[in-house]
Amino acid sequence: MRTEELTLNVGPQHPSTHGVLRLVVKLDGERITHVEPVIGYLHRGTEKLAEGLNFTQIIPYTDRMDYLAAMLNNYCLVHAVETLMGLEIPERAEYLRVIVMELNRVASHLVWFGTYLLDIGALSPFLFAFNERETILNLFNELCGARLTYNYMRVGGVKWDAPEGWLEKVDEFVKRMMQKVDEFHTLVTGNEIFLNRMRGVGKYDAGTALAFGLSGVNLRCTGVDYDIRKFKPYSIYDRFEFDVPLSQEGDCYARYLLRLEEIRQSLRIVEQAVAQIPDGPVMAKVPKMLRPPKGEVYTSIEGARGELGCHIVSDGKDKPYRIKWRRPSFVNLQILPKLAVGLNMSDLVAVLGAIDIVLGEVDG
Amino acid sequence: MSDAEDKKIPEVSSPAAAGEAQGEGQDSTDELARERNAEPGPGARASTAAQVDDPASDTTPRPQPASPREQPENPNAATKATDTPAAEKSAAGSKTADAAAAKEAAKARAAARAAARPDAAARAGAARAGAARAGAAAKAEEAPPEPSPKQPWLDRLVAKIRERLGDGVVEEAAVNRLSEHRPTLTVNRERWPELARFLKEEPELAFVYLNDIVGVDYGKYFEVVYHLVSIAHREHLTVKVRTDREGASVPSVVSVWPGANWPEREAYDLLGIRFAGHPDLRRIMLPENWVGHPLRKDYEQYDETM
Repeated sequence: MRTEELTLNVGPQHPSTHGVLRLVVKLDGERITHVEPVIGYLHRGTEKLAEGLNFTQIIPYTDRMDYLAAMLNNYCLVHAVETLMGLEIPERAEYLRVIVMELNRVASHLVWFGTYLLDIGALSPFLFAFNERETILNLFNELCGARLTYNYMRVGGVKWDAPEGWLEKVDEFVKRMMQKVDEFHTLVTGNEIFLNRMRGVGKYDAGTALAFGLSGVNLRCTGVDYDIRKFKPYSIYDRFEFDVPLSQEGDCYARYLLRLEEIRQSLRIVEQAVAQIPDGPVMAKVPKMLRPPKGEVYTSIEGARGELGCHIVSDGKDKPYRIKWRRPSFVNLQILPKLAVGLNMSDLVAVLGAIDIVLGEVDG
Repeated sequence: MSDAEDKKIPEVSSPAAAGEAQGEGQDSTDELARERNAEPGPGARASTAAQVDDPASDTTPRPQPASPREQPENPNAATKATDTPAAEKSAAGSKTADAAAAKEAAKARAAARAAARPDAAARAGAARAGAARAGAAAKAEEAPPEPSPKQPWLDRLVAKIRERLGDGVVEEAAVNRLSEHRPTLTVNRERWPELARFLKEEPELAFVYLNDIVGVDYGKYFEVVYHLVSIAHREHLTVKVRTDREGASVPSVVSVWPGANWPEREAYDLLGIRFAGHPDLRRIMLPENWVGHPLRKDYEQYDETM
């Protein structure tokens, strides 16, 4: 049958793009022949703004990049500055950081789980996932007074020590959440409609993933064992026992399974950290005005969506001469046009969702 | 009235703006106050959005009828006094401050250039000596107490590059101690794609993973920084390529690492560095009709009413 090419604008305001992303899709019937992501709607020029701010002032701006995993963004910045300055961080602060980072990873994966299933047509998992995430946000609220944009970490430690009873609550949550992951599997994973929509969709191999610079679950779903927490351990991650879940399939289903498994592994880390956390100060002795030495630093951490890096060029002043973040969502989104060609329109939503982007991070 | 504008007004209208800008260091000792300022509240966000959305929105009434940009006898202020925000503010403040600001900016730029290469002398020595680093070793030893654990690896890499690709590829080689002993190469711009392919395809190196591309404006020249990872060998490498500011251009490496596509577009968009051979070099963050490249140190926002 002869068909006519149709150009369809998905977004910038569309629920399945999870933010202000626009996809210019060319269709031949139901089949996609071309996709072009148009980004930048949320570009706030964080890197430019940061050049006029001192290092402590930049921390709240990092909250607003990947706003679903702000703790990890906080850490990415302070870790780079601390590396440049050669600071030693008090033990308790390191433990608190690991606890909040891993809890934040769980929260971020829960949002992904809920919204992704919503995208492909299952309503109730969203409610289950957000119910659990709410507990984490309440814990964070108790710790630092904010539910999303935490501004919790500082160069040299963290701003607040855990309030009384907080660690017990975390422990309680970890135990419950472990069971909830099983519940999620029972709820969703075996569903035949779900499997048909996931298996073999958006498949790529390790070579492609590496060539496109993918990271996080998007890379590990092809069997590449690259998790910065193991590859080049930072903070105190070398003290904990946890596995890096891998898959060889490289499709949407593999990414789904890995994210759920990562929730479990993060909970394992939190559990160990809560058990081991020592008493002591939560802030190192750092000067009021942070003036890192002249030079450059590039460090990266395992963010919720992949490798989150921070490059700082310092001229010895209290403000960065140049700062640049490697934002995993931005890099990961690049592969979408390649994956989408030949798919049905409905699969585009499934593939895009499985990449797991946050537009605040894509646009910087 | 937004926070950002609130702050701007006294600085712009005050005749002693230059002094104020210099005194900035002291008044922010109160940590709490600083943090509160840092919180980008709704006001701050609104003003950012306005800047990004529409250059014309700059025409919203502001109490600065005589901007220095309008004064033709003042050509230096625009381009010179932008190295530091403090200098920018002082330039905007009054005409008399211009000279001082320009001087300060020049100083800052010199410092920044020095900052880019903390032990420039040692590195330059290493570069000239190439793989045979008799002189470099001696120099490296007098600055830091002991050679970096990464130094032997870097020396082997440089020797191998010279063996395979000949002279003139690596201009400088040093271990960046501030960045967890990260091996860093500065390479010849023309030979960079050749080297990139070698770094990726040589099985003993296997830098198949391009981590990020960073463009930096050093005033006189641009530097494009590539962060590479060899997952197979657990190695990291940073490669720097320099280009003049005039007609800044660096060969694209999209054909080597397809993932370089968007990062190169980002560097083009925000810094105006062209990547020769890029399949689709367009702006990516900012709209097509945006004027200028914001991350350049001499960037001034376009205002069509001027």
